[in-house]
Amino acid sequence: MAILVYTENREGKFKKATFELLSYAQEIAQKTNTSVVALSIGNVEDETLKTLGQYGAKKIISVKNAPEFLDNKIYTDIITSVIEKEAANIVIMAHNLSGKALAPRISARLKAGLVSAAVSTPSSYDPFVVKKAVFTGKAFAHIKVNTALKVITLAQNSFGINDPQDQDVSIETFDAGVDTNSKTKLIDTHKITGKLLLTDAEVVVSGGRGMKSADNWHLLEELADVLGAGLACSRPISDEGWRPHDEHVGQTGKIIAPTLYIACGISGAIQHVGGISASKCIVAINKDPDAPIFEVADYGIVGDFQNVLPQLLEAVKNIKNS
Amino acid sequence: MNFNFTEEQKMIQQAAKDFAVRELLPDVIERDTKAEFPTAHIKKLSELGFLGMMTAPEYDGGGMDTISYVLAMEEISKVDASVSVIMSVCNSLVNWGLETYGTEAQKEKYLKPLARGEKIGAFLLSEPEAGSDATKQRTTAEDKGDYYLLNGTKNWITNAASASVYLVIAHTNPEKAHKGINAFIVEKDSPGITLGPHEDKMGMRSSDTHSVMFTDVKVPKENRIGEDGFGFSFAMKTLDGGRIGIASQALGLASGALERSIQYAKERKAFGTEIANHQAIAFKIADMAVKIENARNLCLKAAWLKDNKQPYGLMSAMAKQYCADIAMEVTTEAVQIHGGYGYVKEYHVERLMREAKLTQIYEGTSEIQKIVISRSLLK
Amino acid sequence: MKILVCISDVPDTTTKVKFKDDNTAFETAGVQWVINPWDELSLTRAVEMKEKTPGLIDNITVVTVGPKESEATIRKALAIGADNAIRVDALPKDAFYVASQIAEAVKNENFDIILTGIDSADYNGSAVGGMLAEMLDLTSVSSVSSLNAENSKVTVTREIEGGTETIEAATPFLAIVQKGIAIEPKIPAMRGIMMARTKPLKVVEPADSETLTHIEKFEMPQAKGACKKFDAEGVDELVNLLHNEAKMI
Repeated sequence: MAILVYTENREGKFKKATFELLSYAQEIAQKTNTSVVALSIGNVEDETLKTLGQYGAKKIISVKNAPEFLDNKIYTDIITSVIEKEAANIVIMAHNLSGKALAPRISARLKAGLVSAAVSTPSSYDPFVVKKAVFTGKAFAHIKVNTALKVITLAQNSFGINDPQDQDVSIETFDAGVDTNSKTKLIDTHKITGKLLLTDAEVVVSGGRGMKSADNWHLLEELADVLGAGLACSRPISDEGWRPHDEHVGQTGKIIAPTLYIACGISGAIQHVGGISASKCIVAINKDPDAPIFEVADYGIVGDFQNVLPQLLEAVKNIKNS
Repeated sequence: MNFNFTEEQKMIQQAAKDFAVRELLPDVIERDTKAEFPTAHIKKLSELGFLGMMTAPEYDGGGMDTISYVLAMEEISKVDASVSVIMSVCNSLVNWGLETYGTEAQKEKYLKPLARGEKIGAFLLSEPEAGSDATKQRTTAEDKGDYYLLNGTKNWITNAASASVYLVIAHTNPEKAHKGINAFIVEKDSPGITLGPHEDKMGMRSSDTHSVMFTDVKVPKENRIGEDGFGFSFAMKTLDGGRIGIASQALGLASGALERSIQYAKERKAFGTEIANHQAIAFKIADMAVKIENARNLCLKAAWLKDNKQPYGLMSAMAKQYCADIAMEVTTEAVQIHGGYGYVKEYHVERLMREAKLTQIYEGTSEIQKIVISRSLLK
Repeated sequence: MKILVCISDVPDTTTKVKFKDDNTAFETAGVQWVINPWDELSLTRAVEMKEKTPGLIDNITVVTVGPKESEATIRKALAIGADNAIRVDALPKDAFYVASQIAEAVKNENFDIILTGIDSADYNGSAVGGMLAEMLDLTSVSSVSSLNAENSKVTVTREIEGGTETIEAATPFLAIVQKGIAIEPKIPAMRGIMMARTKPLKVVEPADSETLTHIEKFEMPQAKGACKKFDAEGVDELVNLLHNEAKMI
């Protein structure tokens, strides 16, 4: 019995989301008297792999022989072979792009019940019940998993990260013995550089139609710079082409859960709110005091962005400099 | 009795709503302000088949019933009546007139491209001295053997500039009074046609309204619609159906104003609570809703009669008069509910009010409708 | 080429979500059902490809697992441009069950491309596409934001963390698609709606299949506390609060 955590690296480095998965897994391990095994696919230095131990992994399985890009089938082959090898009973992955690609395949192949976008640790272990978001954040469902093997994808920023602790950890390099010839061919990679990714950002600054024009975005960019924040927008903005689609937050765009979300000139359509409702703190700036965004906001400023944003920028600069 | 819409009718209603919200709403205020014709919007509307939605499939139309048409007109009118009036003229007047009374050759040549939405039509009846009274036509079409020679002026012509096919009502024999009237298909690029300036209107500002002058315009004999002297009947029968279009347009203006008022009343606060909680506002909303429900039922009944091949002239006159009058009342109340915000363009309701006024005037004023209704009852 | 688009119907995105039977079932009374947004975008892209490149796509089939009532959604899909439809006559129980039913219904149909939405607006499972790929043993790519096809080859763009990748694959192929695949869902045209009347809709009996999960209970989120509002003069005060009280900045 073991809890297997699929850890994803980007260019050999682990991200906070991975540590969150391990922290989450460790709590389940303590409750169920099992231990956490981390699986890493790709080339990661042993020193870096060891950091996984600080967040709860007792053992690390490193599979280096794999395509450099995500091939759903081959990665599923590798992960399922490790599940079998470790006799894992719970598999934990992030509810992100690769988690969404792999978890269903693993679930179907091993007939393991899947809970996607879980928001907390199981509320009970027998029966095994986990809470997840449904109706795009408008409600939650408690899902009972009927199978011995369970797969969980964890919604980002829903658990938190334990303080790192030094503990013994073993690293095992493992050849899964799977055919690594991909049937898909990577033609081109386009990387966005020099920009904080929305899904990584603790703070997100977001603009909507109330910003009037793409030319006014510099106000948000400056604020984001000072706050070290990611930039987002509502759907009409990306549809109009004022901002790229990868910044669209909302039901059909990205679902995010930053610590602080600052919405400027966003009225708060239900589809947008669905994408941000898991944020820890929401600040809304809108000139319409009755805008629905204020119903979900913790703090609000009623005023015109042209007037408010420069003041906000100054005030934040003062805090940051003090 | 059955008050349920079919799945197909609901699908058409939704398609019209999606189109209106997605394509028309974003720049409707700007087009109204600039009195700009919705060229790109009409192209998309025609690609979706709305301009020929009731024409039979064998003439390249959508083959939809009048109920669907009412539902679509209401949805589009909630957002932009300048667009829905174009749709109404094409569907109820031009296409229907050609389909019902045209020859096969006329249908082949003119109806098909209209039904496909490749061309836009206009209906030319009103004159400077003959508005609702169609018998006093001054425009003449003189029989020259092979062709008619058209002379005169038409007023308040919707789609005058954007249309390429005109249906023109003219006298061929003034001595025979209304029996000397004929209807003609006239191609707009015929020599001798000139347009007056774009009318700077109070509402429906982005539909193109002009006067049209005919000076010795040759119209081929085969472009006359129906038997000699059929023109007056043609105009009256066509207008019967046209009223359903304008009635549903007025309905949409009213229901659009109600939707905005409900939303506003639930958001806007005064004296510590949403204004919806003040009975003065709540009762206005109730009154508006009852009127709209009545109006919708009249429209749908007229449409149902037409779809079921029963006489619908009386019902369409009732629908036109009632819908137009309550559209004026409801949109005025909507502005009142919105207070100062209602008086500025950003909140849309002032525009709906300006547009509602026209529905009481064109295609037969409310007073004319009452003549039609009372005559029908008192004859 | 033959394309299969998997669709489901979900409550309209503006629906006020309510539950019944002691919070164990979704209250469907008064709910307006629409095609799941990502499925609708997939279908839009399939129809675009068929219209823009004559001869490339011979046929677009839509499949759904649902009761008779879901035929309204199917008719809309046919009106948008699908050529025929399959409805598996069963209530969708969980993602595994739905994927099993689709797999069973289409396994002998030799589709070249199968499109599924990356998520569904109701239970947010993000699972049917991946499961179906596994069951049909197909190459799959997820988070696909553009798709082109020629002969027996597809080229897709997929989102990765911090960028995109362009990937080529041979058919048969399954794409799990997200936003970007089409900008906006296609509005059905009158002719499409008319033609949908006579397009074939095959109803098939469900196959034996198990479920792996079960919804025990629903729960509404806790009501949010009131928003602390400031006017434009209160910006400094707000920033202080965020810094000192909320510890956000």
